[in-house]
Amino acid sequence: MLSVKNLYKKYENQPLLRGVSFEVQKGETICLLGRSGSGKSTILRIIAGIEAPESGDVFWTNQNLKDIPVHKRKFGFMFQDYALFPHKNVFENVAFGLKMQNLPFDLIEEKVITVLNKVKMQEFSHRQVADLSGGEQQRVALARALAPEPRLLMLDEPLGALDRNLREQLMGELRLLLHASNIPAIYVTHDQEEAFTIGDRLVLLNDGQIIQNASPEDVYQTPKNAWVAKFIGLSNLLEGVIQSTQPLIVTTKIGDFSVQTGLPKNAKLADPVILLLRPDAINMKDSNLNQFQAHVLDDVFLGNQWRVKLQMSDLEFSFLVDEPIPIGSIIKISIDPKQINLLQAEK
Amino acid sequence: MKQALKYIRTIPAILLWSLPFAFLLIFYFQPLLANFRMAWQATTTDVLASMSLKVITQPLVFTIWQTILSTLLTIVVGFPPAYLLAKYRFVGKSFIRLLTTIPFIMPTVVVAAGFNALLGPKGWFNLLLQTIFSLDKPPIQIINTLGAILLAHVFYNSTVFIRVVGGAWSQLDPKIGFAARTLGASPVRVWQKITFPLLKPALLSAILLIFLFNFTSFAVILLLGGPKFSTLEVEIYIQALHMLNLPAAGLLSAIQLLFTLVLTILYTRLIKTKSVALTPRDPEEVAKPINGWKQRSFLIGTMSYLIVLFAAPLFSLVLRSFLLTDTNRTVEALADNRFSLVYYQELFLNRRESLFYVPPIDAILNSLYFGLITVGIALFLGFLAASVISSRSSWGKILDPILMLPLGTSAVTLGLGFILVFNSPPLDVRSFPLLVPIAHSLVAMPFVVRILQPVIASIPRELKYSAMVLGASPWRTFWQVEFPILFRAIISAALFAFTISLGEFGATTFLARPERPTIPIAIYRYLSQPGGLNYGQAMAMSTILMIICAVSIILIERLKLPNIKEF
Repeated sequence: MLSVKNLYKKYENQPLLRGVSFEVQKGETICLLGRSGSGKSTILRIIAGIEAPESGDVFWTNQNLKDIPVHKRKFGFMFQDYALFPHKNVFENVAFGLKMQNLPFDLIEEKVITVLNKVKMQEFSHRQVADLSGGEQQRVALARALAPEPRLLMLDEPLGALDRNLREQLMGELRLLLHASNIPAIYVTHDQEEAFTIGDRLVLLNDGQIIQNASPEDVYQTPKNAWVAKFIGLSNLLEGVIQSTQPLIVTTKIGDFSVQTGLPKNAKLADPVILLLRPDAINMKDSNLNQFQAHVLDDVFLGNQWRVKLQMSDLEFSFLVDEPIPIGSIIKISIDPKQINLLQAEK
Repeated sequence: MKQALKYIRTIPAILLWSLPFAFLLIFYFQPLLANFRMAWQATTTDVLASMSLKVITQPLVFTIWQTILSTLLTIVVGFPPAYLLAKYRFVGKSFIRLLTTIPFIMPTVVVAAGFNALLGPKGWFNLLLQTIFSLDKPPIQIINTLGAILLAHVFYNSTVFIRVVGGAWSQLDPKIGFAARTLGASPVRVWQKITFPLLKPALLSAILLIFLFNFTSFAVILLLGGPKFSTLEVEIYIQALHMLNLPAAGLLSAIQLLFTLVLTILYTRLIKTKSVALTPRDPEEVAKPINGWKQRSFLIGTMSYLIVLFAAPLFSLVLRSFLLTDTNRTVEALADNRFSLVYYQELFLNRRESLFYVPPIDAILNSLYFGLITVGIALFLGFLAASVISSRSSWGKILDPILMLPLGTSAVTLGLGFILVFNSPPLDVRSFPLLVPIAHSLVAMPFVVRILQPVIASIPRELKYSAMVLGASPWRTFWQVEFPILFRAIISAALFAFTISLGEFGATTFLARPERPTIPIAIYRYLSQPGGLNYGQAMAMSTILMIICAVSIILIERLKLPNIKEF
């Protein structure tokens, strides 16, 4: 429905977006994920028409939106700190978009009440927005964006200003609401947990370019490169060189690794690669594959598992294990060859 | 016994704290009350009957008329720069900001002299036109017209508009406007439904303030309007000092006071309701760079008229003070004139035909002397008052609004009140030398308090406590802990008080003895006399005053303190 084609944008003479293209399908929620300053919000602003790209286009079905002004695009936008109208109460805020459509008052009232119900704010309709808590403001902002029934909803870090508990609660609600509304949505965040919860698809942005555009499962199982892996919290990375391809063996500082997953694209013998050791990769049983000695630096109880921090050679790794391990001990571990991803080496 | 000791210890504090109250009571409320008493006498005795009602109605009508005109013009002139400064980032922005601070502290006499140097009969424009077209008479006749009054009022008050409205505008989160746009509002409707309602409190308070300033304007009317125009202020002055009709002056000042009181109350109420929850923004984060030829020409257009409005009068003043003109010739050709320091040298001479019994340079010494005393009084009492307000005691809550009253009271009314009250020794206007700086202190104190109070309030109590716990006496705690933190604010407040004293004209016309004129009084006397030498000396004296004030502004800007409210 929405397609963004080849956006270029500079910010203070530094390239911010360098050829960004993606699509949003009907009823789909995509998450634009990237560090702050990566240009995520700028993409939203370009789609909304608040900012213009240096080049590139935004299409809705087949219509180029270049000459359509902001207020005629019928896109909903929820800002990071909500941008609620401070001189209007909750009802007036939510009714604003409907008033702009010049709907009769009865209908406006009906629609506002419906949408306030949806976000569980029906009892607040006559409150001043300044008297609302952060979470309540967030709900009003969502209701205001949803009320005119936009054909696309954009959310710019909508949970960014909230504390952790509230964020987790609202994340779940938002996910259900977005799926129930069936409105295609673009959700911008720098938080991978939010992205995994909300997004049907993740679009990862770094250095002004899209690095990976895939479902959350795919991103987690096969991150495109070391940046993606680190960004989604997979941090056991290790440089190596392909020593043999049949069987696949990679030489590293720690020792030789036997790997039973695929090679990165175009990789051949003697190429440098990056090994990603997945968090569940180790066990303490004797095995003839990938056995190493490790120094236990730390061991933290997480509830149902322990997170153990190990030192091998001069590198540190952390893994999830099912039993406690004494801190300071030297242990033998083996790493499951199926739990290693080979990633393209960074240039 | 211990209890009693405790009370005795608090006595000095209470005495100190009551000083600002006592000062206001004696030197502000007493004179004001005297004005009202005089007005009451005027209405109950037959003084009023013998007096034509026109003495009151004519100035009143003209005051309101020129105030409305000036205010409207100010809004028109102030709007584009307010928008520009709030919304855009551009080269020269800080220069424009500096330009807009000039009128805040430039004395009215200097501004009047500046406009005279630019547009007056002996000003640059006329000299140029006369030279080019060989005219006998100056072609532009704007001095002593309503136009000159309006121009000077726009000069003064457009900066109020720019600062108040522009400030509020730069605090407006542009995202609020964007949100309205994405909800289907066109730019016009965003202005109607969002921007205007959110700016309205600031707009209203700016307009009220400008209205108040225009209403109580005195020196501008007297110096640029000439004898044809009489506002309430000018009429009070004429009735009191020229006609010696104190009852009429009292009645006029009572009317004036009622108007200003209503305006001041409206203004303070507005300020209170103004603070609707707008999350403060970093203005630089909101501002956009200039893009495209439309914005660029808007920028250039606005910047050039600001430069002409704010800088041209002062610039021509300085230049004019060095240009020696031959007054005996009918055609004052520029080519025949030369640049010299004659007018400055003349300031040191005591000529027989001089307007003074002393060399004019003494006016400068008088001003400096009064200024220093004003700094002393205003700083001492202002610091006490600011401490009282910061203490959040009930004293402070009373003092805070009372202290701001002198701001809205016209200086002429104050001067008249002083004459009415202090007419017998030891506090006699004719002999007690400190009444001039005392009047100046009344005007300066609200500013001093506004500068010092937020800084005092920002010092955490824990800081004082830790110093005391570490063994410092209260006196040492003040000098070692509080004073260093306050230092910049104190210097800034002192400079403010000093410049206010140097430029004060209204009250001084009533209080300064003829043989002890201040700089503004001297300039006024020069400007109201004919002759090239008098004109030139007015220019020279104004230039000196302007430079002192400009140095102060620059120093205050350098000392830039956080969290200072404009008023």
